[in-house]
Amino acid sequence: MISAQDLSKHYGEFKAVDAISFDVPAGESFGLLGPNGAGKSTTMRMIGGVSQRTSGALTIMGLDPEEHGPEVRAHLGVVPQQDNLDEELRVRDNLLVYGRYFGLPMSYLKPKADELLEFAQLTDKASAKVDALSGGMKRRLTIARSLINEPKILLLDEPTTGLDPQARHILWDRLFRLKESGVTLILTTHYMDEAEQLCDRLVVVDKGRIMAEGSPAQLIREHSTREVLELRFGSERNTTVAGELHGIGDRLEPLPDRILIYAHDAEAALDEVVARGLRPITSLVRRSSLEDVFLRLTGRSLID
Amino acid sequence: MTEPTPVQQRSDADGDDNDNSDNNDGVAAGTAVTPGRQGAVLPPRLSAHAPGVSAVRARKFGSWYYAEHVLRAMRSYRWTLLASSVGTPVMYLFAMGVGLATLVDQNSEGSFGGVSYLVFIAPALLASATIMTAATEFTYPVMDGFKWRRVYYGPHASPLGTHQIVNGHIIAITVRLSLTTIVYFLIIAAFGASPSALGFLAVPVAVLAGLAFGLPLLAYSARLEEDRGQFALVMRFVVTPLFLFSGTFFPLDTLPVFLRWIGWISPLWHGTELGRALTYGYALPPWLAVVHVVFLLALCLIGWRAARSVFARRLGR
Repeated sequence: MISAQDLSKHYGEFKAVDAISFDVPAGESFGLLGPNGAGKSTTMRMIGGVSQRTSGALTIMGLDPEEHGPEVRAHLGVVPQQDNLDEELRVRDNLLVYGRYFGLPMSYLKPKADELLEFAQLTDKASAKVDALSGGMKRRLTIARSLINEPKILLLDEPTTGLDPQARHILWDRLFRLKESGVTLILTTHYMDEAEQLCDRLVVVDKGRIMAEGSPAQLIREHSTREVLELRFGSERNTTVAGELHGIGDRLEPLPDRILIYAHDAEAALDEVVARGLRPITSLVRRSSLEDVFLRLTGRSLID
Repeated sequence: MTEPTPVQQRSDADGDDNDNSDNNDGVAAGTAVTPGRQGAVLPPRLSAHAPGVSAVRARKFGSWYYAEHVLRAMRSYRWTLLASSVGTPVMYLFAMGVGLATLVDQNSEGSFGGVSYLVFIAPALLASATIMTAATEFTYPVMDGFKWRRVYYGPHASPLGTHQIVNGHIIAITVRLSLTTIVYFLIIAAFGASPSALGFLAVPVAVLAGLAFGLPLLAYSARLEEDRGQFALVMRFVVTPLFLFSGTFFPLDTLPVFLRWIGWISPLWHGTELGRALTYGYALPPWLAVVHVVFLLALCLIGWRAARSVFARRLGR
């Protein structure tokens, strides 16, 4: 459905996207995971046919978005990073007006808008002003708006950034249903839990380049251990203690606020730490996550 | 509200409103028509036309689709618009045309080509009101579209092209300018300030003058990344001098020669001269009438082309 070869976008000397390649088959849920400024949004804007690439090839449904902009965009639903709803219009009118851009008739749009408001759990806000909606509701309205043309491909740029945990879970639930109904999702995120929940496959992006590619489980298996032991000795002692932990687990990652020990069995690693006479203030045993993959690949954490 | 299970969701997506049949043992979920059951005949599934159709329609009618959006948004403050469309002319015509005119007409008979002062300034007030409205509509709302509420970015992600967003915006504002100008003209006519039968043609002329000022301003507004009070400066140092020195309140040739250029470059002066010829038969040589029209059209064209290229560059970054 979507195919990118050596896709690049430069702003002067700065390489926002630096020769990335990927293919997304129909029905897949594909993620771009990376920190802010990694080039995710720029990539999304190129896929969305609203930003010109510097070099490389890109096709969506076999069409080049730069030559067939309207045709490509007619296939897509787009949820941008920043909401751009029309706040002078009421909630339902935002959907109607957007549907008109696709030349859809009112006889289709009116019942469809009601259906989508229900899907977005906004039925009782239909005639409210957009101003009056919470952040999560605006986000759901933006998603409803992106579905007005029944797209087979949905582009979601940081769909849940800035939302509280409950609002995020509602959104994830809605997106999961779309995925089940066969819509191809392309999403960017810097939340590893979001990537783990929603993506069948993802690429880890940093500084405009793809660092790794695979399913969440695959990436964790390849780039991290099964479990992680997180130890805190207090900000002053973390670095000094790190030397004494040598040899425990497969790998040691001293961070400013804590030390991570990567091991197949983190409980056993913790026993050994204690056996060496070290007393951490707190200790936490957990499964490896995409955060660890990212840390391993780039030496930095996702959210800074 | 209980969350439906994924299985139910899938059947809902088929437009199959089978909440009842799900609870009914022995009735297979998803069966389109269950014989013998009331209300089991399903509504036809809504479905959008193919993306190809969307693209063809957007290419053809996209500008109108965006114009429709802007006009719909304007509807939410239609009463404010109507009140100011009626209130402004009534105020100006009373103050200038009745109050000031009484004094002027007593003291300077014949200075205005044999017509009363009210008749003399009416077409100028008409054109200047249209230009002022254009100056408002092509400044702050443009900043809003790019920066504050980012309204342009919604249609930009749809099949519409950037030039259609520009065109649609212009179409909608033209409709809005036409409506207020018509109201203004009707009030002028009610004051008896448009004696000629061709007077109503001053309306399209005023709208043309409004666009001749507004479209270059649209291109300028679209270039601004930040609001540092530039729009207030435009109002104070461009719109106001044009309003005062474009032959609005007195013929341009009563000004010293070194100030007359303000009138010559001002869309207001060109629009007003044409308006006067139409509302009271002010003697205008045909070649000069053509110059006025060409000048106004040229400004529109330059502004429109510039706005299209600025929009394309800024939205496509």
